[in-house]
Amino acid sequence: MSILVDKNTRLLVQGITGREGSFHAERCMQYGTNLVAGVTPGKGGEKVFDKVPVFNSVSRAVKETGANVSLIFVPPPFAADAMIESADAGVPLVICITEGVPVKDSMYVMRYLEGKQTRLIGPNCPGLITPGAKAKVGIMPGNIHMPGKVGVVSRSGTLTYEAVQQLTTLGIGQSSCVGIGGDPVSGTTFVDVLKLFNADPETEAIVLIGEIGGVKEQEAAAYIKANVKKPVAALIVGQTAPPGRRMGHAGAVITGTAALASEKMKALAEAGCHVIPSPAEIGSTVRAMLASRK
Amino acid sequence: MKLHEYQAKKLLAGYGVPIPQGSVASTPAEATKAAEQLGGRAVVKAQVHAGGRGKAGGVKVVSSGAEAAEVAKRLIGSTLVTFQTGPQGAPVHQVLVEQTVDVARELYLSMTTDGGRRRPVIIASQAGGMEIEEVAKTHPDQIITEPIDPAIGLYPFQVRRVAEALNVTGEAARPFAMLLNACYNAYMEKDCSMIEINPLVITKDNKVLALDAKVTIDDDALYRHKAEAELRDKSQEDPLEVQASEHGIAYVKLDGDVGCMVNGAGLAMATMDIVKFAGAQPANFLDVGGGANEEKIAKAIELMLSDKSVTQVLVNIFGGILRCDVAARGLIAGIEAAGRQPRMVVRMLGTNVDEGKQILAGSGLKISLVNTLQEAATAIAAK
Repeated sequence: MSILVDKNTRLLVQGITGREGSFHAERCMQYGTNLVAGVTPGKGGEKVFDKVPVFNSVSRAVKETGANVSLIFVPPPFAADAMIESADAGVPLVICITEGVPVKDSMYVMRYLEGKQTRLIGPNCPGLITPGAKAKVGIMPGNIHMPGKVGVVSRSGTLTYEAVQQLTTLGIGQSSCVGIGGDPVSGTTFVDVLKLFNADPETEAIVLIGEIGGVKEQEAAAYIKANVKKPVAALIVGQTAPPGRRMGHAGAVITGTAALASEKMKALAEAGCHVIPSPAEIGSTVRAMLASRK
Repeated sequence: MKLHEYQAKKLLAGYGVPIPQGSVASTPAEATKAAEQLGGRAVVKAQVHAGGRGKAGGVKVVSSGAEAAEVAKRLIGSTLVTFQTGPQGAPVHQVLVEQTVDVARELYLSMTTDGGRRRPVIIASQAGGMEIEEVAKTHPDQIITEPIDPAIGLYPFQVRRVAEALNVTGEAARPFAMLLNACYNAYMEKDCSMIEINPLVITKDNKVLALDAKVTIDDDALYRHKAEAELRDKSQEDPLEVQASEHGIAYVKLDGDVGCMVNGAGLAMATMDIVKFAGAQPANFLDVGGGANEEKIAKAIELMLSDKSVTQVLVNIFGGILRCDVAARGLIAGIEAAGRQPRMVVRMLGTNVDEGKQILAGSGLKISLVNTLQEAATAIAAK
């Protein structure tokens, strides 16, 4: 088992005929993901990769193919529409890769999703992967992953790959890896993913990778302290960032003391997490953590 | 994107927020004219993208047109250093000349987006005229927060609740309510990430006025606010950061001497941290982005090396979509364009890494190739 995506994933890609969309859709398929449909309004009836049907609307694609996960690559001005269209069609899991979605749009999307069954990951995220089920729904390089029992959750893209690379190099495999994205307003939070990993019998340990800005890591710490019995290793990056400056991710701005790396590390340490001292020591910290358990 | 005070006030006034009378001046003569229109007595305020202007000498009360010209002459063309600008300060190109106001009370009012609640929030306090961060530290009980449901907007009962908490009663209650609604409308329609009115004053004749105003607009929404996008004052930003942003590169200048170039914001922050743990100081944050090409990498290297404080460089590329061979070619092109090559440590991993390393090895450039973050840290510290 794993979380969110697995053998039963039937993937739909919104924006599949675009440059990014077609590039990544093909790589997801090559990794082993069951890509069942694409959506590009106005291009319904076409086929991509010689076999995947393209539809004009998400609802049509769902009806015809039984798609249950949607991956979004449409440009920022149209991303909110794409997310809401998928939720309207009842797709249970929507992942929005698009970077640069206006915060107001994300706010409206999240308001629309309140009370609905759809889970949104992102926007501005790398997606998620379950190596053991050959299910990749995102833009991460598939080959660095290895099936196993450590769940990874992160706000970042390439830093998640770094973490996975360090784990795989030490022979530590992953159950699922989820990138929740770096925007200030987004769907799935650390706490949401921690709940899933906590309940997943195949996940034995968790790696959490946070960064400066916001209070999401503190919320994660509070949840871990109250609920999580599995060992958690946690890294916070941005210890050298000056206050008030946005470090690439829209959410990575130090505003007030709670946003500081030191405060987040303190909260996670108090929650019983194994705090990873440096980004170079992700793998070694997890190895030591797993060894101390046995 | 930050607006100047005069721009922010004009934007808010367009929605019905009352602001003091006044006009912006770019020369001493214009300042004289502006002050005389107000009867001579006026306040002259330097226009920079930073708070703390008063303490830094950027705000002066004058009593005549001639005096306004004097102050304007001193301020315009100068560099104002406040606790928010950093030691390099911010250049003053204009002053705002405004009427003076008989203040009865100073309040604090702002709107921002609360990522946790996923809603806009009103933040208000009776402690106007002070830094809100300071109030949050010393008197957190004096700050009230009112979240707004974006689906239905700001409701009158919420406005009454804020007014009550601020003890705004009687004649001032109605104009206060109108101001709050105007701010919310501006906030949503213009995709603001922050509106801050500090102080919001109640005058002795019970008028409500935005005596100061700061507005920040969501950069990602500027494509649908062409008029506001035109208001960007690049002179208030670091020139390298402006150039970088024009090439889609996220760059933030820092105080150290180790130039860092990385793909991805999280990994870029991690790389800066590694440099610091190695006992060195990063000269910048630089995220070249996920889908970078050879030209973009070259531009990033060139920009970074144009900062003379950079004495060594750490390149950290995790090749996914961005292939290492492409990164290697961009790196070489960038060094050539910059015309100098400080000591360089390159860590590459992922797609086409062997080809990338071969290209670098064959370039004749002196580059230390390392495989892991730990090795990168050790190599940087070895200097």
